[in-house]
Amino acid sequence: MKKTFSILLVMVLSLGMLLAGCGGSDNAGTNGNGEAPEQESSGNQEEEKVLNVFNWSEYLPQEVIDQFEQETGIKVNYDTYSSNEEMFAKLQAGNAGYDIAVPSLYFVEVMVKEGMLEKINKDNIPNLKNIGDEFLGRDADPNNDYSVPYMWGKDIIAVNKELVDFEVKGYKDLFNPAFENSLVVIDEPRTLLGGMLEMLGYDANSTNEDEIREAGEKLKELLPNIKAFDSDSPKTMLVSNEVKAGVVYGAEAALAMRENPAIEIVYPEEFVSLWQDNLVIPKGAPHKENAEKFINFILRPDISAKISMEYPYGNPNVEALKELPEDIRYSITVPADVVERGKFIKDVGEATVIYDRVWTEVKNSAQ
Amino acid sequence: MKDQSTAAVMSNPNQSEPKKTGKKFKINTGLLWTISPATIWLVLFLVVPLILVLFVSFMSRGTYGGIEYTFTIENYLRFLDPLYLNIMWTSVVMAGITTLACLILGYPFAYLIARSPVQYRTILLFLVIVPFWTNSLVRTYAWIVLLRTEGVINNLLIYLGWIQEPLQLLYNDGAVLIGLIYTLFPFMVLPLYGSIEKLDKSLLEAASDLGAKPWQAFLKVTLPLTMPGIVSGSLLVFIPALGLFFIPDLMGGAKTMIIGNLIKNQFLTARDWPFGSALSIVLMILTLILIAIYVRIAEGDRRGIHDI
Repeated sequence: MKKTFSILLVMVLSLGMLLAGCGGSDNAGTNGNGEAPEQESSGNQEEEKVLNVFNWSEYLPQEVIDQFEQETGIKVNYDTYSSNEEMFAKLQAGNAGYDIAVPSLYFVEVMVKEGMLEKINKDNIPNLKNIGDEFLGRDADPNNDYSVPYMWGKDIIAVNKELVDFEVKGYKDLFNPAFENSLVVIDEPRTLLGGMLEMLGYDANSTNEDEIREAGEKLKELLPNIKAFDSDSPKTMLVSNEVKAGVVYGAEAALAMRENPAIEIVYPEEFVSLWQDNLVIPKGAPHKENAEKFINFILRPDISAKISMEYPYGNPNVEALKELPEDIRYSITVPADVVERGKFIKDVGEATVIYDRVWTEVKNSAQ
Repeated sequence: MKDQSTAAVMSNPNQSEPKKTGKKFKINTGLLWTISPATIWLVLFLVVPLILVLFVSFMSRGTYGGIEYTFTIENYLRFLDPLYLNIMWTSVVMAGITTLACLILGYPFAYLIARSPVQYRTILLFLVIVPFWTNSLVRTYAWIVLLRTEGVINNLLIYLGWIQEPLQLLYNDGAVLIGLIYTLFPFMVLPLYGSIEKLDKSLLEAASDLGAKPWQAFLKVTLPLTMPGIVSGSLLVFIPALGLFFIPDLMGGAKTMIIGNLIKNQFLTARDWPFGSALSIVLMILTLILIAIYVRIAEGDRRGIHDI
């Protein structure tokens, strides 16, 4: 009895502490923001010299951050995430003081719709002129009022020429029985089902349940050829000759080519899945002016080139491309016609659940 | 804020002093101090998150993956879909085979350790535990290096001339089972060792004196008396085997979906936190049922011994 009482008491106490903790932080946040990385003392005319950046991991070299701090005297607090969903969930719960985030296009669309972004004052971003026209004015944000392109890339087919003696032009060739149990594909429902949808003559961003199901059935036919689904490091299987070909991220294929010259890139004729990440300012950002300075800094040709040297993604900065060494420029350049016909994955809203269900069915039929 | 909470901790025990209630409770302050840290820890990081998961599992999915605060039991009804039941079944079968294999391999092994001279026992047990010092993800990658087409085992077999073509050892259900059995093997051996070591040898001598053959003595004496070890070992293997999603992902090429993968996908790709939470709750209930069965067996067993 005594014991039970003590235990109950401790439980009540700890709950009390938890509640006290929540209440405390509510009071601490200037705009009811919850835990903030670094809040300014509100009411200043001049913005304090701080910038809170929320970016993907392995996406911005420390050297660039250091240089920004040196040139502007603004201190950068840098947090990272590993998926759009993670970033979105954190910002949706109330902006915890971030001034910069880097969502992919289809999340820009969602965030604009949900009113989660600040308008960017383009007068403060003169370097926007360095960005190629084809990367501006995307459907997600037609006037680039809220977003500025950062980096971009594509999902493609990589083929090991030494192990494959026929021409691979697109997804339909992956069904060739010669590929039995020798493909690696990324574990991305939207890319794979998108490829099947386009092959069947539908839209990769279809929200029609019947079409998505048909794509799922098609993908089931491909299963005997798929050795593994791997998004983490599909290049490993390509490099070690574990597989003959694969549907992989462009950057993975570029890295695999460095280690195994037999690997070639094929831009699938049915569907090249494109993505583009964008710098945005979340609603309620405490240091909006600093954020605009930062965006302008990132768009400077020399800075943008530095980023591409370290992380070889597609660079929308035309001036930066000119500053890159020949081999790196070559490895990140995509033929113009491919960019032209490439398609962006868009948010499909409620249909996301259908895609997941069909994907689960496909995986479950593998046994 | 900190001051507040410490103040709360300091003042609360006084406020709820037994005098107030008028009853004869005297709070054992020693007990309070010693169990507080553990209990606070458990409440903050186990009970509260659990309640949160339970709460979310009854909510609806927002269009953009958020949580809409409208009550629904649809997430649980969805689980009854044959597709998801089938995944549950696959998981249970995989976990069952893993448990059985661990038991068959682990029992003689534990027996050997328990019956070996005392000075070797520590070393042998130590060898079982040593792999735990490395991250299980790293050990899984080691298996990939061993098993892949141009991996150590295939290269060796080809070098020895035993095979001409590399064997497909990786990215199938067999590989997933190897991974699961390897990772969970120690969880079987340790409880088995515990109960086999406690076994009174004189009982076996008595059985033999009374004319029992060694296999009869094993079936009638050793096996029933080590049943608690067998059951707890099996639970310790079976339950994690349901949830180790990274092994099917890495060694099975993510082609086999078990319940752990399904839950992971709800949170990462489908952005359906309520359904993911509901699946987690279902998994927890299943686990609780198994533990309840274990408690029954363990109690029945004790009674059985007393009857003798």
